[in-house]
Amino acid sequence: MRGATILKASDDKTKQLNNHTLMAFSGEAGDTVQFAELIQAYIQLYSMRNDTDLGPSAVANFVRGELARSLRSRHPYTVNLLLGGVDPITKQPHLYWLDYLASLAPLPYAAHGYAQYYCLSILDKHHHPDIDLEKGKKILRMCTDELQRRLPIDFKGMLVKIIDKDGIREMEFDCSKQVLSA
Amino acid sequence: MDSLVSTYSQPAFEDEGYASDELQELIHTKPSSSLSFALPPMPRPSAFLRALTDDHANPNCPIKLAHGTTTLAFRFQGGIIVATDSRATAGNWIASQTVKKVIEINNCLLGTMAGGAADCQYWLAYLGMECRLHELRHKRRISVAAASKILSNLVYSYKGMGLSMGTMCAGVTPQEGPALYYIDSEGTRLAGNLFCVGSGQTFAYGVLDAEYHYNLTEEEALELGSRSILAATHRDAYSGGFINLYHVKEDGWVKHGFRDTNPIFWKTKLEKGEFSNVTANL
Repeated sequence: MRGATILKASDDKTKQLNNHTLMAFSGEAGDTVQFAELIQAYIQLYSMRNDTDLGPSAVANFVRGELARSLRSRHPYTVNLLLGGVDPITKQPHLYWLDYLASLAPLPYAAHGYAQYYCLSILDKHHHPDIDLEKGKKILRMCTDELQRRLPIDFKGMLVKIIDKDGIREMEFDCSKQVLSA
Repeated sequence: MDSLVSTYSQPAFEDEGYASDELQELIHTKPSSSLSFALPPMPRPSAFLRALTDDHANPNCPIKLAHGTTTLAFRFQGGIIVATDSRATAGNWIASQTVKKVIEINNCLLGTMAGGAADCQYWLAYLGMECRLHELRHKRRISVAAASKILSNLVYSYKGMGLSMGTMCAGVTPQEGPALYYIDSEGTRLAGNLFCVGSGQTFAYGVLDAEYHYNLTEEEALELGSRSILAATHRDAYSGGFINLYHVKEDGWVKHGFRDTNPIFWKTKLEKGEFSNVTANL
């Protein structure tokens, strides 16, 4: 978005850091991609040098450190992040919530911006630690439906990616159907 | 002599119909003279009020209004569910945890309060009075449409003067069936199936929208209303306290308790496994 104009409707706001960690970002235009690419480069460099991938919690704490350092600089990055990954050793999924003030929180479900206000109450109710992918997709649909129903903006489609022990893949997700409030 | 006769004799039928002053009163939607408030003696009293109370622009403002709420109401096959939290806050201070935010206007009509606590309490009580007067004048109960319009016209007449309220009027009348109206201090008045009002509205909408449909059973509807308020009290710092639950049916409203959120939260978490972001072990 630039003022009231949509520049691109299908922008990928995620970066794959290594085989099993994905980072989604939002925030100040310019900052977002610059910071994400910087982090991606660091993490890929680590993988090449050491011939092993950093686990999600290591990545998250590294990213937090970079954000915290940037926060006290002349031009801090105004970037909010969600970092998801599956630990290559334990095969456990991890989700981290980071904001531009360099807060880091491991959470079972997370959101940034206005989505928090509408979706977290849905996730509070419907999320359980033992749900499968199908149930997860159903909850995701509940959340996107609610955003389409109640947010005054029309965000022209969603990009959904799934991270599991086999890696990262994009999922077909259709939200062209209009959702109206009761 | 003629003047004496005219003073002591009355024309026949004078007492029938409305006297002119009574008619005036019926036409007038503005509050009567007893409701004329003293205003600060300056050209723009509303700007003066805003300067003293607006704590967004000025955190050190001398008057902190009680704000912050979650209230919801929705229509369904069995009537209307009305639910609220019970917290009143003034800035970051929790002023009360036991506020009754549902105003019982009469045994078929309910009003909810969100926004300025004093504004809501005062004007809904005033609405209650107007509704009773309507009943006495017309020998039948006021419709929800009319009651909500009295309130919306009233707040509209004060528009720009700093009133702050978001209310819902819910009731069942023979003419309308179950009816639900949203009225706010901007002068908006909307009829609808489902409304959530207050700082916690988005959280309540989240839970409510996901599972709402018109054919809910009474039990499902009560549970959904209560659960939506619980969701809001969990995520919104300005909502909390007790869940106040009402069901408006054809033959009047029924109260379904004023229950503490804390035990309900832990019950929901431990029995249904919800709120998995909260860890229960110490």
